[in-house]
Amino acid sequence: MAQIMLKNIEKRFKQEKVIEGLDLTIEDGSFTVLVGPSGCGKSTTLRMIAGLEQQSDGQIWIGDRCVNGIEPGKRNVAMVFQNYALYPMMTVKENIEFGLVNRKMPKAEREKVIREITEIVGLADYLHKKPQALSGGQRQRVALARAMVKSPAVFLMDEPLSNLDAKLRSQMRTELIQLHKRLGATFVFVTHDQVEAMSMGDRIVIMDKGRIQQADSPMQIYDDPDNLFTAQFIGTPPMNIVTRSKAVEAWDYQVDESVHHIGFRPEKAVMTMDKKAAVGKLHIPARIVTRETLGAEIIYQLESTVGTFYVKSFLKPLETAVEVNVSVSYTDLFYFGQDGQRVRALEPTEVQERLVIAGGGYA
Amino acid sequence: MPIEQRPLLKVLHYLGMVLLMAAFVIPFLWMISTSLKSYAETVIFPPKWIPSKIMWSNFTAAWESGPFLKYFMNSVVVSISILLLQFTTIILAAYAFARYRFKGGNLLFGITMVTLMIPGQLIFLPVYLLMSKWGLLNTLFALILPFSSSAFGIFMLRQSFKQVQEELIEAARLDEAPEWKIILKIMVPMARPTLVTFALFSFIAHWNDYFWPLVMTTTDAARTLPIGISKLREVDGGAAWHILMAGNMILVIPILIVFSLAQRHIIKAFVYSGVK
Repeated sequence: MAQIMLKNIEKRFKQEKVIEGLDLTIEDGSFTVLVGPSGCGKSTTLRMIAGLEQQSDGQIWIGDRCVNGIEPGKRNVAMVFQNYALYPMMTVKENIEFGLVNRKMPKAEREKVIREITEIVGLADYLHKKPQALSGGQRQRVALARAMVKSPAVFLMDEPLSNLDAKLRSQMRTELIQLHKRLGATFVFVTHDQVEAMSMGDRIVIMDKGRIQQADSPMQIYDDPDNLFTAQFIGTPPMNIVTRSKAVEAWDYQVDESVHHIGFRPEKAVMTMDKKAAVGKLHIPARIVTRETLGAEIIYQLESTVGTFYVKSFLKPLETAVEVNVSVSYTDLFYFGQDGQRVRALEPTEVQERLVIAGGGYA
Repeated sequence: MPIEQRPLLKVLHYLGMVLLMAAFVIPFLWMISTSLKSYAETVIFPPKWIPSKIMWSNFTAAWESGPFLKYFMNSVVVSISILLLQFTTIILAAYAFARYRFKGGNLLFGITMVTLMIPGQLIFLPVYLLMSKWGLLNTLFALILPFSSSAFGIFMLRQSFKQVQEELIEAARLDEAPEWKIILKIMVPMARPTLVTFALFSFIAHWNDYFWPLVMTTTDAARTLPIGISKLREVDGGAAWHILMAGNMILVIPILIVFSLAQRHIIKAFVYSGVK
């Protein structure tokens, strides 16, 4: 098994820098998800780990070995591609076997491994079919099996689920999590889908414009985002963000000059009919524009003097109300500075809030 | 409105197809018919389609009128050797041109393409002198070596190699496949329709080639079927059409066999148009 270390990685295509000063340690046995918008460098990072792309600068370590200049096939990694990349002229068995034959594994051993793996992924009946005779989900399983037979230390997956339909995708998601537990290998998974990232990863690396924005556990990222980008990238609907100037003007909310944006999660906002502000809470009069009923929860889009924002509610839908008041606890607010970084020091904490209730004020 | 629903158009459509087919098939049938007639019947007017007596002896006459076994074997050796040599060179060259960016790559490919525009008649003299210098005239080498590669083949194959998804090659690299295996196990099977088509073109062109063997050889030991057949015309007292046509049949039958084999493969090969 292996830990992956990227040290000061830089990648240029021609003159354009796509990745700069990237430092990342992927723990041995972790399920790490690289997530970010298209063009953020997540796939390039994965391909550099695989050796399919050469980094322009920096070092990549897999286990206790620096793999700079080591061929992809010798890095003890396996990769699953978005479009599966199955060899179309070979049968399922030949596809799975190809890597083992190249490694000169004896035939008897090969047969045994293939039998075991195809049992696990449920392909035993399809061994002699060609990939074009299989469904999308089955092809994905072949691609997985092809990676698994090599028993690599690291599995690299480049958006492997994005070609599947929604139902199959969530099924494969669960299967991949189980597979990870079973194999205990390091999984590095690239996706642009934050839901996929949140549900699968035990560690999420959020990237944007070739830089790591935050690397943490899913809940840590959700509860305690480092910056505006991660705050808005993770969560459906995204965190509501209001600029300080609007907040000051519309809500008469006093906050330090260094804070440029104030944010709150849609589910932390509560809609009430109270016209009066509650103690220790932000009070926003607003009008409901749309309702998205998702079953367990309802997402409201609201219009207020500071612009549109979202509220997520698990209560019974407000069918008739149009004019409502939204209240958000001060302790649920996030502050961001001019550069988009969190300004944690200035955020109201529970202690300060008690002071407010007690009649004191804070700067 | 589709053709199926308009009877008049449909009739015209099929009529056109029948006429077109007739234009190709009638000369061919005439060749078969003539090859089985007696000399007297080839010259009677009005011509007869079905010979009154089938003369299989025309074939033996044609075959025995010269060293036809030698010609035939020479043709086989030359066509097949050319094909094997061309496959070797065009697969490697096309792979390099399609998959590698290297210094001078574009220039080399440009030069390769330019050779497409030079007709054989223009270069046969220098090649003749070269072959003569190497002492290869009147040997099969003079018929094979000048065609050991094909710019057309490189061009066609480069196009189909370029269409192979990059991920397939990357997957193979991760599967520890060496370069030669990527070429033989991934690229070549993916380019099968192109290779079969090219093989067909190349085989027919060199099997039927008359000009080059005529220039490069003067002895029967190194000559091929087309030249042997043409010599059938040189009988005293006018052309023996029935013998000549029997000779043509001998020339054409192997092509028909190759074509029917290749056709099966072409259809099969097109099934591999890729898994998306």
